[in-house]
Amino acid sequence: MEIVARLAYILVVIPGLISLFMLEKHVLSWIIFFPLIGAAVILFLPKGQEELMKRVAALTTFFPVVMAFYIFLKFNRTSTDFQFVEHASWIPYFNIDYFLGIDGISVSMVLLTALLSFLCIFASWGIDKAVRGYLCLFLLLDTGMMGVFAALDFFLFFIFWEVMLLPMYFLIGIWGSPSRVDPDGMVRGGPYAAIKFFLYTLVGSALMLICILYFYFVHEPHTFNMTKLMASNTSYSPRAQWWLWVALYIGFAIKVPVFPFHTWLPDAHVEAPTAISVILAGILLKMGTYGLLRINYPMLPQATVQFSYFLAVMGMINIIYGALCAMAQKDLKKLVAYSSISHMGYVLLGMSSFTPEGINGAVFQMFNHGTITAMLFLIVGVIYDRAHHRQIEEFGGLAQQMPIYSGITGLAFFAALGLPGLSAFISEALVFLGAFQRYTLITMISVTGVILGAGYMLWTMQRVFLGPLNPKYATLPEINKRELFTLVPLGIIVIILGFYPMPVLNLLNTSLVQLNELVRSFL
Amino acid sequence: MQHLIWIIPLIPLLGAVINGLLGYRFIKTLGEEKGKRLIGQIACGTVFISFLISLFSFIHLLLRPIDQRVLVNTVYTWFHIGNLKTEVSFLIDPLSGIMILVVTGVGFLIHFYSIGYMGHDEYDEQGHRYISYWRYFSYLNLFAFSMLLLVLADNILLMFVGWEGVGLCSYLLISFWYRKQANAVAGMKAFVVNRIGDFGFLIGIFALFWALGRHGIWTVNFRQIGEHAHLLAEDTILGIPAATFITLFLFLGAIGKSAQIPLYVWLPDAMAGPTPVSALIHAATMVTAGVYMIGRLNFLYSMAPVTLTIVALIGAATAFFAATIGLVQNDIKRILAYSTVSQLGYMFLGMGVAAYGTGIFHLMTHAFFKALLFLGAGSVIHAMGGKQDIRDMGGLRKYLPTTFRTFLIGWLAICGIFPFAGFFSKDEILWSVFNHSNPVLPFLPKLLWLIGLLGAGLTAFYMSRLVFMTFFGELRSEPAEPHGGHGNDARLRDQGDTGPHGHGDGELQGHGNEEVISLSPQREPHESPWTMTYPLVGLAVLSVVGGWFGVPHFLDPVFGGHGGVVSPAAETGEHSTTLEIFLMMVSMAVALGGMAVAAVMYLVMPELPDLLSIRFSRLYDLLLNKYYVDEIYQAVFVNGLLALTTASTRFDLKFIDGIVNESARVTAAFSAFNGWLDLRFVDGIVNTLASGTVFSGSRLRKVQTGQVQSYLFAVLGGVVVIILIRTFI
Repeated sequence: MEIVARLAYILVVIPGLISLFMLEKHVLSWIIFFPLIGAAVILFLPKGQEELMKRVAALTTFFPVVMAFYIFLKFNRTSTDFQFVEHASWIPYFNIDYFLGIDGISVSMVLLTALLSFLCIFASWGIDKAVRGYLCLFLLLDTGMMGVFAALDFFLFFIFWEVMLLPMYFLIGIWGSPSRVDPDGMVRGGPYAAIKFFLYTLVGSALMLICILYFYFVHEPHTFNMTKLMASNTSYSPRAQWWLWVALYIGFAIKVPVFPFHTWLPDAHVEAPTAISVILAGILLKMGTYGLLRINYPMLPQATVQFSYFLAVMGMINIIYGALCAMAQKDLKKLVAYSSISHMGYVLLGMSSFTPEGINGAVFQMFNHGTITAMLFLIVGVIYDRAHHRQIEEFGGLAQQMPIYSGITGLAFFAALGLPGLSAFISEALVFLGAFQRYTLITMISVTGVILGAGYMLWTMQRVFLGPLNPKYATLPEINKRELFTLVPLGIIVIILGFYPMPVLNLLNTSLVQLNELVRSFL
Repeated sequence: MQHLIWIIPLIPLLGAVINGLLGYRFIKTLGEEKGKRLIGQIACGTVFISFLISLFSFIHLLLRPIDQRVLVNTVYTWFHIGNLKTEVSFLIDPLSGIMILVVTGVGFLIHFYSIGYMGHDEYDEQGHRYISYWRYFSYLNLFAFSMLLLVLADNILLMFVGWEGVGLCSYLLISFWYRKQANAVAGMKAFVVNRIGDFGFLIGIFALFWALGRHGIWTVNFRQIGEHAHLLAEDTILGIPAATFITLFLFLGAIGKSAQIPLYVWLPDAMAGPTPVSALIHAATMVTAGVYMIGRLNFLYSMAPVTLTIVALIGAATAFFAATIGLVQNDIKRILAYSTVSQLGYMFLGMGVAAYGTGIFHLMTHAFFKALLFLGAGSVIHAMGGKQDIRDMGGLRKYLPTTFRTFLIGWLAICGIFPFAGFFSKDEILWSVFNHSNPVLPFLPKLLWLIGLLGAGLTAFYMSRLVFMTFFGELRSEPAEPHGGHGNDARLRDQGDTGPHGHGDGELQGHGNEEVISLSPQREPHESPWTMTYPLVGLAVLSVVGGWFGVPHFLDPVFGGHGGVVSPAAETGEHSTTLEIFLMMVSMAVALGGMAVAAVMYLVMPELPDLLSIRFSRLYDLLLNKYYVDEIYQAVFVNGLLALTTASTRFDLKFIDGIVNESARVTAAFSAFNGWLDLRFVDGIVNTLASGTVFSGSRLRKVQTGQVQSYLFAVLGGVVVIILIRTFI
C-alpha cells in the first residue's frame, strides 16, 4: 500500500514539476488540464484508499495554485492585450480554434479559482460517500471553471461551460442532502436542487448557444474567435443586437443570479455540501458577470449602453431584495446564500456605471465576494459538521465555547458587511463612487444596503455567538486545524487587500479602463 | 518629525495585534499576574509612545509660523483607479494636533486606569473563571488606532476607515461581556444605528467626489477639496445646492456617530460596556468624531447656511432634550450618558453657528471633564461592588476621598463654573450663538441661546443631583458582595459592570435601603487603587486648566480664511465686551441656580423629590421612560423592517419560486401528456405499421407456394393485365 501511495504522488508530482518548466508558453493549458491528471490517478487508486485519494486531490490542486502565483507575478499590468495566449487550430473545417488567453477581466478569476479549488479539497475532507467519484467530478469541475475563464474561442468557451455544469449537477444531487418532503408538500433536497440548478443553467446555455451560432454565421468568414468578434462589434443591426443582448443577458443573469432568476441559488446552496457551496458562490456566480463583461460589453456595446439603466436597476434590486430576504432567513446557510445575491448586486451596479471606478469596483467586488463568501460558507460548514443543523435561533453564546472560531467568523461577517479596512469596502466604495456619477438616485437607494447588511450580519452574530451559551452546545469542539487551514489564508487576503488593494487592482485596471472607454464611445 | 507621523496610529495597532494574538499565551506561559502585567504594559506603553510622538509633533507644529502649521506624511498609495487617487496619508494641523493630543493623552490615562479596573477575575454562569483581560486591551488599543486614523487622515475615505473602525471597537467593547444578552444587543444596536448615519456619510462622500469631479477636480483629499470647494457654489445635485446636499448627508453621519436626535438612542445603551470604555469611547473621543468631521470640512459647511441652521437646531434640541431625560435617571452611568448626548448637542450648536473653533474647544474640555466624571463613576461603581443606582449610594465622600475631590472638579467644570474648563468653552458657545446672525431665520440666534441657557441650567441641576446623592448624606446600602467562586452576579445581574471585588467572604445582605446602615470596617466601600486614582487626578488637573488656553484662536488657521458664505460668528457681530460679560454672568447665575435647586431638593429637603414626582407623575414617567423613544422606534422601524423582510421572503418563496415550481410542474405535466401521446399515437402508428407488415407478410407468404406452374400462371396473368392496360389506356 505504501508503494501505491508513493506511486500516486509521483504520478502527480512529476507532471507537476514538468509543468513548472513549461509555464512560459503553456501556463493556461497546464492550469486548466492539470486537475485531470489527478483525476486520472485517483480513478486508478485501489478501493478503500479514501484518505490517499484526498491527499492526491490536494496535491493536484496545489500545482494550479503555484501556476496562479506565477501568473500573478508575470502578468503584465500595463498591457491591454490578452496574455499567456495559446492559439492553435483545432477543427479547421469549422474554424474552431484552441485559443486561450487572459486579460484583466479574467485574471483575478483564474487566481480565485485556483485558490478556492485547493482550499475546497480540504473542506471536502469530511466526505465519506463515494470519495473517488466526488474527487474526480470535483477535479473535472475545476478544469471546466478554469477553461471558461481562459477560453477565447466561443466554441471552446461553450464546451467548458457545459463541462462545468455536469459535475455540478452530480455533486449537488449525490453528495448533497437526501430528498425529503417539506411541510408544504414540496419534495426538496439534493436531487431537487440539482435538477433545478441544472435546468436553469441549461436554459441559459441554450440561449447562449443560439447567440454563439448567430455570431458565427453572421461573421464572414465564419468564426468562433472572440477577439475577431469583438473587433467587429458594430456589424449587427440594432434589432439583432437587442435580441442577442437579451438572450445572452438571460443566460448570464441566471448564473449571477439576478432577480428574478435567483431562486435556484438558495436551494442549491442549502442542499450542496460545504465545498460545493463555496465553489458555487465563490466562482460559478462570477461567470454570469464575467460573461456580461467578456461578451455583452465588448461584442454588443451599443445594446449594452441601451440596457445600462436596466442593469443598474437590477443591481439595486439585487442589493436591497437580497438583503431583505437574507434578514428573514432562519437557516444560516440560506442567509449566506441570499447575502450573495445582495453582494452580486454591487457588481451589476458598478459595471453599469461606465466609469473606471465603477467597473474596477465591480470586478474587484467579484474577487472579494469570492474570498468572503467562501469564508462564510466554510464557517457554516464548520458549525454544521458539529451541530448537524443550521437553525440560527437554536444556537447562542457559541463565542464562549469556540472563541477562535467566533473570532474568524467576526472577521468574515465584518468583511461581508463592508467594514473599511477589509477588502470588500474598497470594492463597494469604488462601485458607489462610480455609480453615483451616473445614477444618483439609484445609487442612493442602493447604499441602504450597507445598513441592511450590518443588520442581518450582526443580528446573526448576536443570535449565534453572543448571549448565554446554549447548554446543548457546551461540548462542541473548537475549530480544528484543517478547518483553520481553509479559513486563515482567505482571512489574510481579506485583511491585506483592505489596506493594500493595489496588487489586485493593478491586474484589472488596464483592461477594464480600455473596455470602459470602448463602451463609453457608444454613449 | 514629519515623516514619523505614521508611527502615531501604527503603534497602538501593533499593541492590539500583539495582545490579540498572544495575550492568551502570555497569561498561560507567564502566569496570571505576570501575564496581565505584561499585557497592561504593552497596551499602555504603545499609547504612551503615541502620545509622546504626538506631543513632539505638536511642539514642532507650534514652532512653525502660523500660516505654515501643516505637517503631511504620505505613506503609500492606498488605491489609484481611474480618476480616484487615494493615499494613506496623515495630516497634522492645529485641529488634528489638538485631537491627537486629546486622544492619546486622555486615552493613555484611561488605558492606565483600566489596568486596575479590569484586573479582576471574571466568572461565567457556571462559575468557571475566565480571563478576558487581553481581549479588552487588544480592543482598546485597536480603538486608539482607529481614532487616530480618523483624526489624522488626510482624505475623507481614509477618515471613513477610522470612522467605521471606532464603530467596530465600540461594538466590540459594548458587547464585551457578551454572555449577557442585553450587552450583545446594545452593541448591535450601536453599530446598526451608526450605520444609518454612515449611509449618509457615504452618500456625502460620493456626492462630494462627483460634484468636484464635474469641474475636473477628482479628489478626496481634504486640502484639495478645501482649495476647490468654491467651485461648488453654483452646482446642484437633484435640485438641491451641491454644498447643502453634501453637507446634509455628511451631517447624517455625524448625527449617528455623535448621538444626536434622532439617532442618539444607541449611546445610553452603550453604557453596557466597561466604564473606562464609556469614558474613552462614549464620552471623550469617538462620539466627538462628528464634531471633528464638521470642523475638518468647515469650508463646505460655511457654504451651506441651510445645513448650518439644521446643525444648530439639532444641536440645541439635543442639548435640551437629553438634559431633560437626565433629570430623573437613577443609573449613574446613564445620567452621564445623557449628559454626554446633551454636551455633544452644545458642540453642534457651536458648529452650527460657524463658531468651529469654539465647538472644538468644547470638545476638548468636555473630553477632560467627562472622562473624569466617567472614571470617577467607575471608581464609585467599583467601590459599590457593581451597583450603579445612585439611590443605593450616598455619603461616599467619606470612603472615597480622592474620587470625591476629583469628581467635584469635574462637576464644577461641567456646570460651567468659573474658572473651570467647561465654563470657558460653554460660555463661548453661548456667546457665539447669541452673537451670530442667521440669514434664514433672523429670530433663531436668540432662541437658540435661550435653549442653550436653559439646558445649562438643567445640566447644573442633574449633575448636582448626581453628586449630592452619591457623595453626600449617608450610605443607603452596602456594596454588593460576590460570593466566593460562583460570584459573577454583580457583572451579570447588574449593568454587566465590574467584576467581583476583592472583599472578604460574607453572605450577601441585600437589605437596608432607607435606614442608615452601619458597616464593619472591611465591608465599607474602599477607595480604588492608585492605578485608578492617579488618572483621576491627572484628568482633574486638565479639567481645571483646560480652558485657560486660547484654543479657538489657535485653530484660526484651520477655520479662518476660506471664501465661504458664512464667516465665523465672532467676526460678524459687533464685539461688545459689556454685553459679553453680562451674558457670562447670566449663564453663571443659571448654573448656580440649577445647583442651588438641586441642593435644596437633595440636601435640605430630601422628601421633596418624591413629592414632586408624585405631583407631576405623568411628566416624571415620560422623562423616566425617555419619552418612550426606544419603544416608538422599535414599533415603527424595527418591526416595520422585520415585517418587510418577512414579506420579501414570502414573496420569494411563494411567488417567484412558486412560478418556477409551477412552470416545472406544467412542463412535467406536458411531458407526461406527450409521453402518453407518444405511446398511444406516434408509437401507435409505428406499431400499427409494424403489425401491418407482419400481417401482410403472413398473408403474402401463402403466395409463395414453390410450384413453377402457379408462378408461370401468375406471370401470364400479369402479362395479360399489362396488355389490357396498354391497349385501353
